[in-house]
Amino acid sequence: MSQARRGIVRDALGIGIASGAYALSFGAISTTAGLSLFQTCALSLLMFTGASQFAMVGVIGAGGSVWAGAATAALLGARNALYGVRLSTLLGVQGLRRAGAAQFVIDETTAMAIARDAPAESRFAFWATGAALFMLWNVGTLIGALATHALANPKVLGLDAAPPAAFLALLAPRLRAREPFAIAIAAAVVALICLPFVPAGLPLLIVAVLVALYGVFRLPASPGAESH
Amino acid sequence: MLWAGLLTASAACYLLKLAGLSLPARLLQDARVQRTIPLVPIALLAALVATQTFSTGHHLVLDVRAAALGVAAIAVLLRAPFLVVVASAAATAALLRLL
Repeated sequence: MSQARRGIVRDALGIGIASGAYALSFGAISTTAGLSLFQTCALSLLMFTGASQFAMVGVIGAGGSVWAGAATAALLGARNALYGVRLSTLLGVQGLRRAGAAQFVIDETTAMAIARDAPAESRFAFWATGAALFMLWNVGTLIGALATHALANPKVLGLDAAPPAAFLALLAPRLRAREPFAIAIAAAVVALICLPFVPAGLPLLIVAVLVALYGVFRLPASPGAESH
Repeated sequence: MLWAGLLTASAACYLLKLAGLSLPARLLQDARVQRTIPLVPIALLAALVATQTFSTGHHLVLDVRAAALGVAAIAVLLRAPFLVVVASAAATAALLRLL
């Protein structure tokens, strides 16, 4: 194996281990929200995109309907479609390989793949990161869920207070400019204002519609900015 | 009902990933689409932080979860790993409830 590939494997394992630890908290939060062991593990196997999974169980745990949770999860998953666009020419996969590759199209694999200069290294980084993450994410979920399942009352450990911290940790890296920061503050305020008056889960969808309208109508479509 | 929602949401998330790999690139390369979609998680995650910290059902409340979020924010500013951020928030809530 070349030195470049050994470095990729090392990075992929590092990311996998970090996300395995993060999956422990997903398993714990999901179980605390009332999902069974099978349901929790099914989400990590089938959905396999962290922010969506946390949102799904967060909404259910807070008393929202499962469909409000599902809608929020899907909206959070929309960014993966953009990652797919960036990866499609790099990966060049067809048929069954494409169907398999699709499940690995998430933040971490995209970041690892587009950071390489040579296409062959990009593909290797994508598959290595995807495989390491998928394995450790699911193992972490299972361990977190099993451990929490054994507890009589997870609330004693404060696990019901964990989801907002998880969302904050997912949000923070996206706030490195003034505009995202302002959008985050506005979204939080709008959601809290709506909350007493609409069914549970709906404030999130109202916020999603408003930010989409803002994105489409308020941002000037300056030519040249989109080429990359 | 819970299973139906979980499977539907999982299928939707998978199809979004597959769509990016499969659809003609020009459909998703529109400048407005490219700039709007990354804003959606920012708004949704911020709304989730706010509603899950400051409400119970349809009531706005201020309880130990606010303190837990404050501790989580400090952990994030100190660049703590994900698990440490979540665990410090949970521990804060648990300790304050013991008082």
